[in-house]
Amino acid sequence: MALRTVEVGYLARVEGEGSMRIVLRDGVLEEARFSIFEAPRFFESLLRGRKLDEAPDITARICGICPVAYQTSATQAMESALGIRLDDRLRALRRLMFCGEWIESHALHVFLLHAPDFLGYDDAIAMARDHREEVERGLKIKKIGNELIALLGGRAVHPINARVGGFHSAPHPRDLAPVRERLAWARDAALESVRWIGGFELPELERDYELVSLRHPERYPIDEGRLVSNRGLDIGADEFEAHFEEEQVPTSTAKHARRKGGGAYLVGPMARYSNNWDRLSPLGQQAAAEAGLGRVCRNPFQSIVVRAVEILYACEEALRLIDSYEPPEAPAVEAQPRAAVGFGWSEAPRGVLYHRYEVDVEGRIVSANIVPPTAQNQASIEEDLRELVLRNQHLDDEALRRLCEKAIRNYDPCISCATHFLRLEVERR
Amino acid sequence: MPGKKRLAVWKLASCDGCQLSLLDLEDELLRIAGAFEIAYFVEASSATAEGPYDLSLVEGSIATAHQAARIREIRRESRLLVPIGACATAGGIQALRNFRDFGPFATAVYPRPEQLDALETSTPVAAHVPIDFELRGCPINKRQALEVLSALLAGRTPNVASHSVCIECKLRGTVCVMVARQLPCMGPVTHAGCGALCPAYGRGCYGCYGPMETPNTGSWSGWWQQRGMDEPDLRDVFRTFNAWAEAFREESERHGS
Repeated sequence: MALRTVEVGYLARVEGEGSMRIVLRDGVLEEARFSIFEAPRFFESLLRGRKLDEAPDITARICGICPVAYQTSATQAMESALGIRLDDRLRALRRLMFCGEWIESHALHVFLLHAPDFLGYDDAIAMARDHREEVERGLKIKKIGNELIALLGGRAVHPINARVGGFHSAPHPRDLAPVRERLAWARDAALESVRWIGGFELPELERDYELVSLRHPERYPIDEGRLVSNRGLDIGADEFEAHFEEEQVPTSTAKHARRKGGGAYLVGPMARYSNNWDRLSPLGQQAAAEAGLGRVCRNPFQSIVVRAVEILYACEEALRLIDSYEPPEAPAVEAQPRAAVGFGWSEAPRGVLYHRYEVDVEGRIVSANIVPPTAQNQASIEEDLRELVLRNQHLDDEALRRLCEKAIRNYDPCISCATHFLRLEVERR
Repeated sequence: MPGKKRLAVWKLASCDGCQLSLLDLEDELLRIAGAFEIAYFVEASSATAEGPYDLSLVEGSIATAHQAARIREIRRESRLLVPIGACATAGGIQALRNFRDFGPFATAVYPRPEQLDALETSTPVAAHVPIDFELRGCPINKRQALEVLSALLAGRTPNVASHSVCIECKLRGTVCVMVARQLPCMGPVTHAGCGALCPAYGRGCYGCYGPMETPNTGSWSGWWQQRGMDEPDLRDVFRTFNAWAEAFREESERHGS
């Protein structure tokens, strides 16, 4: 426990203002930095003293784009503290709602935020003038993801139905019929979109990442699994802080996470895909192959293609879960508070999201630690930039700026960052 | 683009969820983009244009010195300024620090808080500059956002109800969860706008739209005191996403520090 920075870990600003700074001196790279200036909001402090059943709703407010991931990691951490495990029916419902979040979050990033980079537009609205069909298809896929969350959760942003132990209410099977029909359309549309995005020209870059993601014995990881990597990591949630640490860096209000004794690592779609290709559906595997993906991805620009494949998978998985849905006996499992520490994680659209809470016998939170995906990816983002700049020094400042911004968006680091609060300064001395 | 109203969307301390609600207007998005000149909306576009703007929607609270200066600039550049969401209208969940000693609050998260630009309080936009209208909610209701945009185009005042969530339950035909299930529900004191979601899903309203006009919070607390809710819980129930909104703040302070 010598490294106290882990104890006081705080949320990265997954959205907000970031800047990038590249410094080259005589063709030698001196600095390649991605900084986040998002205002700190001190969630881990404000959680202290709150009741444990408030954690899902409070932590959802960390991110309006992936509140279901926050609610899932928080509820699962609290359930581990309380010593309860949900039955298969409740877990399936939780996974179904999570599929909606993957669909909406990925569709937002792929179609509205990242695709314009590959086709040379300032935004999706300008892109829609020339590619109206694809943009409208993307918007419709995104809308169906939101509809699925809203059906199960009440609303798409900060849904209200999830709680520690399950849900406040569970749907009747007939409630799912309309969204099932829409999801069947979305699955076909997603397949079309994988083909479209598979045709994008990707910049060249190969990196030897440590790819870190959840892995589940049977299914592609969304809501549960062990944390694994291509370098032999294989741990449960209670071991996370023994293997990873966060540190405060002067240039960022988001802490940087590193593998202890190692270095930068990668979380998110590419890591999930590479570690779990064999858990994808046959259709997902086939679509990935047709779009030019191997079983392992090392070019970060392939992430947009992987996201498109994951949208397809999430649609298929949601359909499977709806078709096998049986209402749970009770919408939630009740439990008495006890003094304990609970650990929880899930695969947010941007990568693994870890929560740890210490709670007292009254059911109040004593301490909290939350490690979001973007904190974990910051070091890899900077390493990508370094490599990319060294390979592309021949480009003029404008072209280099665009390329670097596109590379940062590979990580879907946050909406505001991903769209353009980036200030790139290229200094050539 | 002469003749088109110029729209700007800004982000201060927040989660992005209210801006995202604008992008969640999937069926209307391309038409909105046709009806307005979207002059500044970094969440959606790389292209940004200088002010002045006809309408600025502001998400987020003022939580840094930089944001305090920025909101003044935004005000100067905007004909109409409309804060959207609980952060912009009430300081947000991050305003819980306003009730605490800031030093320990900050060091619990960051080992070196002196490196941060962070004010000791998180405050709403209206505490810094005059505003023209506001949209409540954590998050806002995207239909209400559309109403604000439509009203601007038509040159009228937005039509947004200011009654309580209770009325929305009645309109929706939801059985009262306070009466039928004895669940603490903040519906009687909470501003409408969500469509009374929580009671429809079998839980009590948790007040994410903030206080309604002239809420009788004292009566609400008395009711739950009689039914055994203790002081810390009464304090905290008013101290969530709209904790710094005056009516909720005062009621929470009656039940603890």
